[in-house]
Amino acid sequence: MAATRLQRWLAWSAPIRRTLRSREALRRVAVVLGGGLLAAHAAHAVDLPEDKAEGMIHVYSGGGVTASGPALLVRKNIADKVSLSAGYYIDQVSNASIDVVTTASPYRERRTAYDFGADYVYRDAMISLSMSHSKEPDYTANTFGVDVSQEVFGGMTTVSMGYTRGSDTVLKHDSPEFMDRVTHWQYRFGLTQVLTPKWIASANFEAISDDGFLGSPYRAARAFGTLIPERNPRTRSSRALKFRVNGDLGARNAMHAEYRYFWDNWAIKAHTLEGGYSRYFGELWLADAYLRYYKQSKALFYSDDAQAETLYLTRNRQLGTFDSVSLGAKLSYTWKKVPGQYEIKANGAYELVQFKYKDFTDIRTNSPYSFNANVLQLYVSATF
Amino acid sequence: MKTLRLSALTGLAAASLLLSGCASVRNIEPWVKPYERERLADPIMKFSRDSLPDKHREHWHDVREGARGATGVQGGGCGCN
Amino acid sequence: MLHARLHRACLVLASAAALLVSPLVQAAPVAPSQAAPDFTLRTMDGKNLRLQELRGRVVLVNFWATWCGPCRQEMPHLNRLYDKYKGSGFVMLGVNIDDEPEKAIGVATKLGLHFPVLLDSDKKVSRMYDLNTMPSTVVIDRDGRVRYVHRGYRDGYEDNYDKQIRELVKE
Repeated sequence: MAATRLQRWLAWSAPIRRTLRSREALRRVAVVLGGGLLAAHAAHAVDLPEDKAEGMIHVYSGGGVTASGPALLVRKNIADKVSLSAGYYIDQVSNASIDVVTTASPYRERRTAYDFGADYVYRDAMISLSMSHSKEPDYTANTFGVDVSQEVFGGMTTVSMGYTRGSDTVLKHDSPEFMDRVTHWQYRFGLTQVLTPKWIASANFEAISDDGFLGSPYRAARAFGTLIPERNPRTRSSRALKFRVNGDLGARNAMHAEYRYFWDNWAIKAHTLEGGYSRYFGELWLADAYLRYYKQSKALFYSDDAQAETLYLTRNRQLGTFDSVSLGAKLSYTWKKVPGQYEIKANGAYELVQFKYKDFTDIRTNSPYSFNANVLQLYVSATF
Repeated sequence: MKTLRLSALTGLAAASLLLSGCASVRNIEPWVKPYERERLADPIMKFSRDSLPDKHREHWHDVREGARGATGVQGGGCGCN
Repeated sequence: MLHARLHRACLVLASAAALLVSPLVQAAPVAPSQAAPDFTLRTMDGKNLRLQELRGRVVLVNFWATWCGPCRQEMPHLNRLYDKYKGSGFVMLGVNIDDEPEKAIGVATKLGLHFPVLLDSDKKVSRMYDLNTMPSTVVIDRDGRVRYVHRGYRDGYEDNYDKQIRELVKE
């Protein structure tokens, strides 16, 4: 019985066994089976970011607030394995904003921030670690983050994921008994796709959760015409989704467009729309122009002048209904260039922003508040 | 009968490959080759050219506005190495 | 009846799958121990150069572009290797794939390349060699067979090139 069964199996499988005996066929099978593995290993590896140094003077001036200062960044490749970066940022804030002027007195303050990063490449994945420490007299913030990005599909698609955890300590001037904390969690996911040799698109999603003291110990809210301390929830959970596309328009021109939708559990919904255009002029000049529109709807517990008693109440105009339009331009000049060695550029960027608040009253004029802000950035960047 | 057996086996193997292929995109060839990425390698096609000014911009947006997040991007570029 | 239908279904499924799977099944056009595809390209000086004419010498073909950072990093090493082995029956070809040949000529001159630079702006040779990384380096022996393929460039690759050229030049 067994013999005939064996005989039958031999007869049945003869053509298959004949094929498998052929080396060519075996090679084809191996290629097909191992094709996936080969495709992943044979082709791509990612490059470390290039070495660079940047120095900048930044100024934001608008609505009575001026924040300015220097910033520095250095990034260096170590043994073509790891790219380390270190940054230093100073914000000298002179605050005479409408809140401060109408409810308190102007003040000056300095914020110093340090950040460090390490990028490591393994085959077609890049792992980045980042750490930052920001300190001002009444607020300290520390963050730690990890980002992983992987190139797939012949380098046409990049998938990235990231996580950042932040932990802040909140103090209050002239109130040594006040101390509170905030913890933040950020989860990011991004996808970049090369569409054609001239177009590239990306989609990014980020979920942020905060837990702790989420307001300002100095800010006042208004209820029934009187100023009272604001009461913010102690948690916030938000999501943002952004789509962006960059396109080469030929003849050394390029454009970019992006849209971001933001929503959170404080009922704020925001839309950001930005478009920009870049163009080379000769060998040494590069100019950019961009237009940005931002529109936001108010938080659930936001009120300019509450007429009812609510658990939470804020008059933080950053959480109200407002929109802003900004127009910016940037100019870059290549000061010194030795191809393959180093390149030094001098750059300047200016942006004019108009903020228009729908439900925040300027109590000095009793009309909806609006102001213009000027943002200036002057910086030198060198790659080597 | 023999050809049926052979084609049945090939069909099964191919079907399982197809199914695994659906989970990945290995069966579609990348249509932009590394030697066609000249325009994408240009700095004006980068999502972020200089980190300090972009970081500053993101900072004042976060401070002055209620929305935050989804700004960082990677990818594109020359696709070298 | 059922048999025939099943037979036809299997054949259709198998051929459909084969069509889709065939990109994987085909071997890469340029792999070690295969004959290097022949090509003719214009050099920087305007003359034509054919790969077939270099039979009898060891050839290193390096595909590069002005916009590719690792390619530029590799150039000084390639220059050095060319000077070292050119007397021993070795020739190096730098195939540039820029859309604008003028830019390539400019950068090649600035980098001071000693070996011939060929211009492949319509990407014919790149497609023939099915480059899947930039830069790509193909080392061809005296019989016109591909012996080594290097994808990308990292620090230390030039030592591998050195070893391989030395080995092939001795044959």
